[in-house]
Amino acid sequence: MAKTVVSFTLNGSPVDVLVEPRELLIHTLREKLATTGPHIGCDTSHCGACTVDLDGLSVKACTVLTVQCDGAEMLTIEGFAKAGALHPLQEGFSQEHGLQCGFCTPGMITRAYRLLQENPSPTEADIRFWMAGNLCRCTGYQNIVKSIQYAAAKMRGETVATSHPVLAE
Amino acid sequence: MIPRPFEYHAPSALPDVIALLDKYGDEAKLLAGGHSLLPMMKLRFAGPAHVIDLRKVASLKGIALEGGEIRIGAMTTENELIFSALVAEHVPLLVEAARQIADPQVRYKGTIGGDISHGDPGNDHPAVMLALDAAFVLAGAGGERVVQAADFFLGTFETAMAPGEVMTQIRIPVPGPGTGAAYAKLKRKTGDYATAAAAVVLRMKDGTCAAARIGLTNVGPTALNAHDAAQALLGTAVDEAAIAQAAAKAMAICEPAADLRGDEEYKTAMAGQMVERALRLALSRVK
Amino acid sequence: MDTNIETHARLEKLEGIGCSRKRREDPRFIQGKGNYVDDIKLPGMLSGVMVRSPYAHAKIVSIDTSKAKAHPGVHAVLTAEDLKPLKLHWMPTLAGDVQAVLADGRVSFQNQEVAFVVADDRYTAADAADLVEVEYEELPAVVDPFKALAPDAPVIRPDLDGKNVGAHGARKHHNHIFNWQIGDKDKTDRAFANAEVTVKQDMLYPRVHPCPLETCGSVANYDAIRGDLTVWITSQAPHVVRTVVGLLSSIPESKIRIISPDIGGGFGNKVGVYPGYVCAIVASIVLGRPVKWIESRSENLTTTAFARDYWMTGELAADKNGKIRALRVNVTADHGAFDACADPTKWPAGMFHVCTGSYDIANAHVSVDGVYTNKFPGGVAYRCSFRVTEAVYLIERMIDVLAQRLDIDKAEIRRRNFIQAEQFPYLSPLGLEFDSGNYAPALERVLEAVDYKALRAEQAALRADPNAPTLMGIGITTFTEIVGAGPSKNCDILGIGMFDSCEIRVHPDGSAIARMGSISQGQGHQTTYAQIIASEAGIAASQIAVEEGDTSTAPYGLGTYGSRSTPVAGAATARAARKIREKARKIAAHLLEVAPDDLEFDLDQFKVKGDPARGKTMKEIAWAAYNNVPEGMEMGLEAVDYYDPPNFTFPFGAYVCVLDITKKTGETKVRRFYALDDCGTRINPMIIEGQIHGGLTEGFAVAMGQELPYDEQGNVLGGTLMDYFLPTSQETPHWETDFTVTPSPHHPIGAKGVAESPHVGSIPCFSSAMVDAFAHLGTTHFNMPYNSFRVWQHAKSLGLTA
Repeated sequence: MAKTVVSFTLNGSPVDVLVEPRELLIHTLREKLATTGPHIGCDTSHCGACTVDLDGLSVKACTVLTVQCDGAEMLTIEGFAKAGALHPLQEGFSQEHGLQCGFCTPGMITRAYRLLQENPSPTEADIRFWMAGNLCRCTGYQNIVKSIQYAAAKMRGETVATSHPVLAE
Repeated sequence: MIPRPFEYHAPSALPDVIALLDKYGDEAKLLAGGHSLLPMMKLRFAGPAHVIDLRKVASLKGIALEGGEIRIGAMTTENELIFSALVAEHVPLLVEAARQIADPQVRYKGTIGGDISHGDPGNDHPAVMLALDAAFVLAGAGGERVVQAADFFLGTFETAMAPGEVMTQIRIPVPGPGTGAAYAKLKRKTGDYATAAAAVVLRMKDGTCAAARIGLTNVGPTALNAHDAAQALLGTAVDEAAIAQAAAKAMAICEPAADLRGDEEYKTAMAGQMVERALRLALSRVK
Repeated sequence: MDTNIETHARLEKLEGIGCSRKRREDPRFIQGKGNYVDDIKLPGMLSGVMVRSPYAHAKIVSIDTSKAKAHPGVHAVLTAEDLKPLKLHWMPTLAGDVQAVLADGRVSFQNQEVAFVVADDRYTAADAADLVEVEYEELPAVVDPFKALAPDAPVIRPDLDGKNVGAHGARKHHNHIFNWQIGDKDKTDRAFANAEVTVKQDMLYPRVHPCPLETCGSVANYDAIRGDLTVWITSQAPHVVRTVVGLLSSIPESKIRIISPDIGGGFGNKVGVYPGYVCAIVASIVLGRPVKWIESRSENLTTTAFARDYWMTGELAADKNGKIRALRVNVTADHGAFDACADPTKWPAGMFHVCTGSYDIANAHVSVDGVYTNKFPGGVAYRCSFRVTEAVYLIERMIDVLAQRLDIDKAEIRRRNFIQAEQFPYLSPLGLEFDSGNYAPALERVLEAVDYKALRAEQAALRADPNAPTLMGIGITTFTEIVGAGPSKNCDILGIGMFDSCEIRVHPDGSAIARMGSISQGQGHQTTYAQIIASEAGIAASQIAVEEGDTSTAPYGLGTYGSRSTPVAGAATARAARKIREKARKIAAHLLEVAPDDLEFDLDQFKVKGDPARGKTMKEIAWAAYNNVPEGMEMGLEAVDYYDPPNFTFPFGAYVCVLDITKKTGETKVRRFYALDDCGTRINPMIIEGQIHGGLTEGFAVAMGQELPYDEQGNVLGGTLMDYFLPTSQETPHWETDFTVTPSPHHPIGAKGVAESPHVGSIPCFSSAMVDAFAHLGTTHFNMPYNSFRVWQHAKSLGLTA
């Protein structure tokens, strides 16, 4: 099948890739664009590990064709830290221990980013509902909720602190 | 988990879509949000030679209030429905149902037109459309026609859409005063299809039921129009006895397929429970 | 400066044991810079994919690979015939059996590996796999372990024909693997014969899967010129993999490098050696190019290692006041088509004999039969030590059954049977020495926290109302785990004792690198091991780099599973750090011109006793180690420790769960779950809490939804994430955690291991609560998973759904 050139903006930089129509976005990112932050966890669009931000939408890159992305603006986990400074979500996940094996984390943070764009002050229930497209096998989500709340507060300009002080015990 | 090769088309005008459908016939599949088609292609259960992507067809987008109807472009996504003030004001049932479909990411891509036209009894919109007495605009080489939801769902993956037709719009009459509605869905987890679900629209007048429509999800070869169940409510105060009777009549038409969600008996019973739950909720929302 | 403030500042800088140190692993993961196996891309790398059997049991009449081989971009299609000359078509399992790498004339479970297609990329490989033509002659399948033992049952393993003795003794039937008994049968039988009360309960622990978010995979790279084989692999035990690969390939271990890079969760799934790994290695050797194999989620859920599938019958003999006199257990264990069970101990059912639990039971006897069926192989420890979840489930369910029989409260019956604090070390009737415990205070603390009396009163009121739409269930567990395999006298893998190791090198500037034989899959070893060294050797954790997983740099170790990292590698780490400290003491004494015994260690320095103004910091000592050491001492500051633990460790906990169940739908809500864990010394409270949240969530998933059932034809059902229950943030309950501290007396820092307790302890707690909801109607048990369908069926059988 004839390959086509697809052009889009990835984390602020223009990219061109040559793909078969059937090529899935997750494979293009991971194998042709050295963007291995988004992961493959299920193949059936249930786990959310492959989540990227595509034209302002959180999507599962395992269920998007690369040819559908021509002209798109794309953000992956690789685009979050700016000039060495972590994004509040990245800081929140670390400060609130919102990750363990790290496999779901890029998708989680990317999804949470869009959630906070749409709702800067989500309740715990909001977060649990709107993060339900991302599976985590390690954390039980409780600290992920706290991580997102930490980031939301920081992005609102509030003073934030970890709920796990170093010398608590 | 790799699709077979295919040729990709992304026309930007509806006539071009129809021309491609005409040209490739059975070998072509329409791609809307992709969350039904692409997984099937990755599993190689489907292998179309041509995929016609509708994403560039601007005329298939948008939500408007026209002539007492909410008109929704077929390519409108679930999250667009959820975030729409117009839909929330006039057809809140649609928001409630859309929130229970799949998961957040899938709702950014999944479309109402794709959900309906796929003909999957597990999809949620068909039952909601039956309850809302919606109509669908289908466009083909011979022009446009409008089909009522009640006449649309013919069998599993089988609808009134003719080969070469595209669903372009969903038309929902704005429910009048005295209406309450609800979608009650039992599922195992986020992202699952319904074990059973019920969509209910009730209109109450002077304390009795003046009109009712009930749609059922995933308890038959298609979404089911529980006509007798709805009829049984007319003239009642939708009290517990009437609710129980409606549930029994809804259960009587269920023909669910057993799977890990439950056997026929459980799914049928749950259809009854969801009808009861939705009726109570709908009644509480009448205004 | 105030001494307390100064000490606080030094402790904060040191970040030693007890600190909620932020994780060293996080910066790479939160920026998408983790390095997982599928992220590895080598020049010239090819992609491999398995062709699998659609049948559960069939003869292979023929395999035609010609069309696949002719497909452009295909480099090889391997079948058993290709592996035979290399003697690699079968491989040894961890349980002393053999497993087909690629089907040798017959398939014995659905999705069994039949051929391995290697192509330029995964798209080409997938296309070519469709072109491999296999003709099968279907045979009757058996998926029920009891039917498998019928005299005329299909023969699942004709390769074992005539072998009446297996790896674990006599086989009594062509589908029988072993019978294992432990305990005093006669004494136990007598106790039952003389008992005032006996109870008996059948229960199934269903077949489930650990399902880490990252599936299994590997990249093999054989360098024909150097003769070196490098394999990146999702392995919880890379050093063991090296030994296995050496045995299989005849390549010396010195020429094999196994690297476990970042691992996306293991939970027991990544202990074994799977056919895909072997095929990738063979293909790389044959083709002289790197070959990657990554399994799909369905392949993961239906081929690489299930857990559980234990059909158990428990019996208790007791006095009328609920004091237990004896426990009797019979188990039929479904091991699938090959015995690839991961119970690497001298006991074929692992540590199942911890099943006397937290209770002082004088007599016990256990009998376990392993059986072949036409199901995929495994028997891994899903977030637990070997068969410990099954054991704890059995005893916690049985003590509830006894309580119900005697109408004694479920908390009270536990109080009456606890091993008392003064009884430790406690020798169990099945031969295990429980190192330490303090069970009663833990239970009382939890009961008070949840206001147990008020909960029971609320439940009584609800039960009195027949029109109430819901039921309320209160579950209790007071479990004891056994982790930290293990003493090499009891535990080994292919003859290698289950020690673990740590090597520390302190650099001239006082920073250090430490390497261990374990491998983190999310547990945070890079963070916590450094904390142990910080406290033991006085080097700030931030100055310590921790590396694991590369067999060419790390000392040999048996890996991470069965909560063994802290109990074994953690102990080695503490001991290696102490060796550093003692050498540092001598150097400090030399520098200060005092005797070593005149020095005392104070956080990060040695001070002269009685003259604390004089001292040397570890940083100063490290520098001196490279230029100014006492006469006769070797330069440098390094230490290695290989730790063979004297015993297991025995973490414990007390949990309470409150469930609300809708009678007419079977929907269940976790209203409250309170978990108190005692893991001994706590190294990093933040990480411990995270491990407990994760374990509770996995326990919730197992109890409420996970299962891999089979139909009669041997088709595995539910092998995708549509069906297999991984709860999302929406379904997962809120967890409440608490702790007590009862250090292990034999562990160098008193730590016991924690990550598995919440899984092991929560599952019977959910069962306890679920059964409790129906207990007033006579229910003593019903089997997991408690999805709404199953709960509704049970409610219906009791007339509650009308």
